[in-house]
Amino acid sequence: MSSIDTSKVATSNRTDAATASKPGPAGSLATWADDRLGLATAMKKNLRKVFPDHWSFMLGEIALWSFVVLLLTGVFLTLWFNPSMGHITYEGSYDQLRGVGMSESMASTLHISFDVRGGLLMRQMHHWAAAIFIASMMVHLLRVAFTGAYRKPRELNWVIGCLLLLLGTLEGFTGYSLPDDLLSGTGVRAADGFLKATPVVGTYMSFLLFGGEFPGESIIPRLYIIHVLLIPGILLALIAAHMLLLVYHKHTQWPGPGRTEQNVVGFPMLPVYAAKAGGFFFMVFGVIAIMGGLMSINPVWKFGPYDPTKVTAGSQPDWYMGWPDGLLRIIPTGWESVIFGYTISWNVLIPILLVPPLMLVILMLLPFLEGWITGDKRDHHLLQRPRNAPTRTAVMVALMTFYGLAWAAGGNDIIAIKLDLSINQITYFMRVAIFVGPVIAFWITRRWCISLQRHDNEKLLHGYETGIITRSPEGAYAERHLPISETAAYTLTARDRDEVYTVGSDTDAAGVASPNSRSEKLRARLSSWMYSHNVQKPTRAELEEAHHHAEHEAELQAGLDHPVDGHQFDDHRLRDTTDVPLRDH
Amino acid sequence: MSNDNDHRVNAPDGTPVAYESHVPTHREAEPIPDPGLPAHTWRPTDVDPKAEKRAERQIAAMFVAAMVFAVLFVVAYFSFSVGDNWDTFAGMGASTVSLGVTLGMSLLLIGTGIIHLARKLMADHEMVEMRHPAASPPEDREATVQALNDGLDEAGIGRRPLVRNTMLGAVGILGLPAVVLLRDLAPGNALDISKLGHTIWEPGMRLVRDVVGTPILASEVETGDLINAAPEAMFPSEENGYPELEGAEEQAEKAKGAIIIVRMDPDELTDATQPDKWTVDGIICYSKICTHVGCPISLYERTTHHVLCPCHQSTFDLADGAKVVFGPAARPLPQLPIAVDDEGYLVAQSDFTEPIGASFWEREKL
Repeated sequence: MSSIDTSKVATSNRTDAATASKPGPAGSLATWADDRLGLATAMKKNLRKVFPDHWSFMLGEIALWSFVVLLLTGVFLTLWFNPSMGHITYEGSYDQLRGVGMSESMASTLHISFDVRGGLLMRQMHHWAAAIFIASMMVHLLRVAFTGAYRKPRELNWVIGCLLLLLGTLEGFTGYSLPDDLLSGTGVRAADGFLKATPVVGTYMSFLLFGGEFPGESIIPRLYIIHVLLIPGILLALIAAHMLLLVYHKHTQWPGPGRTEQNVVGFPMLPVYAAKAGGFFFMVFGVIAIMGGLMSINPVWKFGPYDPTKVTAGSQPDWYMGWPDGLLRIIPTGWESVIFGYTISWNVLIPILLVPPLMLVILMLLPFLEGWITGDKRDHHLLQRPRNAPTRTAVMVALMTFYGLAWAAGGNDIIAIKLDLSINQITYFMRVAIFVGPVIAFWITRRWCISLQRHDNEKLLHGYETGIITRSPEGAYAERHLPISETAAYTLTARDRDEVYTVGSDTDAAGVASPNSRSEKLRARLSSWMYSHNVQKPTRAELEEAHHHAEHEAELQAGLDHPVDGHQFDDHRLRDTTDVPLRDH
Repeated sequence: MSNDNDHRVNAPDGTPVAYESHVPTHREAEPIPDPGLPAHTWRPTDVDPKAEKRAERQIAAMFVAAMVFAVLFVVAYFSFSVGDNWDTFAGMGASTVSLGVTLGMSLLLIGTGIIHLARKLMADHEMVEMRHPAASPPEDREATVQALNDGLDEAGIGRRPLVRNTMLGAVGILGLPAVVLLRDLAPGNALDISKLGHTIWEPGMRLVRDVVGTPILASEVETGDLINAAPEAMFPSEENGYPELEGAEEQAEKAKGAIIIVRMDPDELTDATQPDKWTVDGIICYSKICTHVGCPISLYERTTHHVLCPCHQSTFDLADGAKVVFGPAARPLPQLPIAVDDEGYLVAQSDFTEPIGASFWEREKL
């Protein structure tokens, strides 16, 4: 007689009670998806994940978005590009090359440029995006290094970033070689020369890569598959790892009131950060589109098809290849030896096969070297101002100077022509400057940083300069200093004191020499080299003493004239955000 | 403990929140205590309905303008073609310029619209999130090590070195097939590196102009001329009887056989050029391929008889056996011994006597 109320029977095997409420269409879609994917657990934390705000955190984003633009424009180009070295006669729209023999890859590049609407735009966008991709990676790298963001726990993400830079460079080289025009072919022949300079296996590496003697008929199809599949695949995987680690570590932030090593303060991913980042993607895309429309890049039709007997004066690789090329140019004449009948080309080996990989290794090791010297095992999430790590900043500037000089040397012919100088003298200068320049840059930068540190302490202890000159009854003139706001003062002091590492004792308690004492001594010397010159922030006692002194002086001056505190004459008070009624975004 | 180390932060609603310290700090008393997050301040769009409406209108206007530009892109696509009009407008084609500008403007307006929306209208409360140490909790580490050890233990690999070592060996030796498979990247005798040791030049082969392929009369070469030339075999015909070259072979021979011919005052030639044996009345011939990394060179300066490689500026003195006088190259350009045939045309006496172009490991052995 009794009927069963079927509406109360569970229709799923979920462990919790089924919900009776009817969700909307979006809600039911979300439920449908979560029943199968179980994403809600991961999403609940990450949808509102906090990202701190600072303009310099945008640099890596430019790299990310320009990579997306590269993928989009690159796929478009593959629809017409024919990576073949088969010889044909060009019969397309471009008048001046009609009837000229060239490879199919060159002909299809011309086809994309002149006979596919939007093709030239996409080619130029692709090339500009590549230049921007690598440039923004480099600037992002500098930001990370100069602010100490590579310290523990982010060392491995730094290494991944360096690998991305290397792969981006190789991706660029393989890409601009594909049209098989005269300029890129010259670059490929130089690359063949680099391969051949490799001791023992170089000649065979060259023959295997080119499928026989240079230039062969295999190099373009091989570079193509490396360019569109192999390297982009690795790049994507590494970018994913780079981003995952960023999310896991949470972004670094600048110190300031309420912003500490233990928290991250900023806007939530949904909606503000997602909107800003998403909007920024469209902006990067838009700027690249306008550049592609208005600024000519790599006009291969002007260079003509590759011919191994010809070359253009002023041949230059893409800009990011310039610095090894510069090293190659300034090697003194005749550095080649024959040992037991085998040729070793130091003139190519050193600038191309040894120094650039060495520089990359030095770059990757920087956070590990710094961590070893400081012995600092703490996690660091607060960024340092470059001035507060004078030696690190100076090392980076020295490396930048080396890079810049090598890069300039790579354009020695252009510099000579444009500035009407002797190319020989530029080259002689560079041979010396490449060694001396970084040393001078290191020294200047470090002193500069230390001076800035002193200046910060001045502001903390004696306040800022108001520009108000007071005259005492005796006729002496003095500039009035006023204290900076509490916010500014806290921000200036929100940094660690540097500790110089010292070797406690060469022997342990039992009188046995410590096995590491030699490396410990080196570490102590490096630590002293790195830190002993730095200016430390004042102690509380020093601050109180200075403020007491200032108050005393103010008392002496009080009553001399009308009671102004001096803040009326500048905008320093406005800089304390608590005093600003409306904040403009 | 003084108050200085007591870092406090404010929750979004303004109440101070103390956090647990995950990271050990070795800091001494901070000279200035952390004043905490500044209070949130309101934007004009938060408090003034007029400003809010204005921002809404601005954002909508950007999105509408983006639509207009997208339509203009389509119009431009069908109105212009690149064709041979690639330079109609300021050195650029009308098609490329209009497509790029309309696409770019559309994207930029969408981007600025979204960012404007985020900055003016979306809630701008800063939030505080606590960090966690990157390391896993110690108990998780122990559990993982335990699981790993259990797994290895149950596999028994550690107790059976014979199995372990042979397995590693078997997997390791797979590298061999992987490497060997790459051998045919240059199939058959394409991997014969001795080809680098010789070029297509042979005794009696005429030197011809490199584009047109016409032979060169010694009497027609003026002093100070630099002629870019090639082997006659690169221009096969029924008349000269050279076999037709194709594809990779043609390209390789072209890349190796290129030469430059210069006539100088015979008195200027040094003994290095073997003036009596290898030159004809001051006419001298060198490989065009730079001995540095193999660029073709051809920037000639008549007064100094130097030739400069445009790639890395190696400079060779043609009067002195093409000795390197500047730049990174290490060896002189190989000289081609030349003579004149019965009809007065320049011919090669032989192939080059050394490999041309960039250096390589086995160079002296070929």
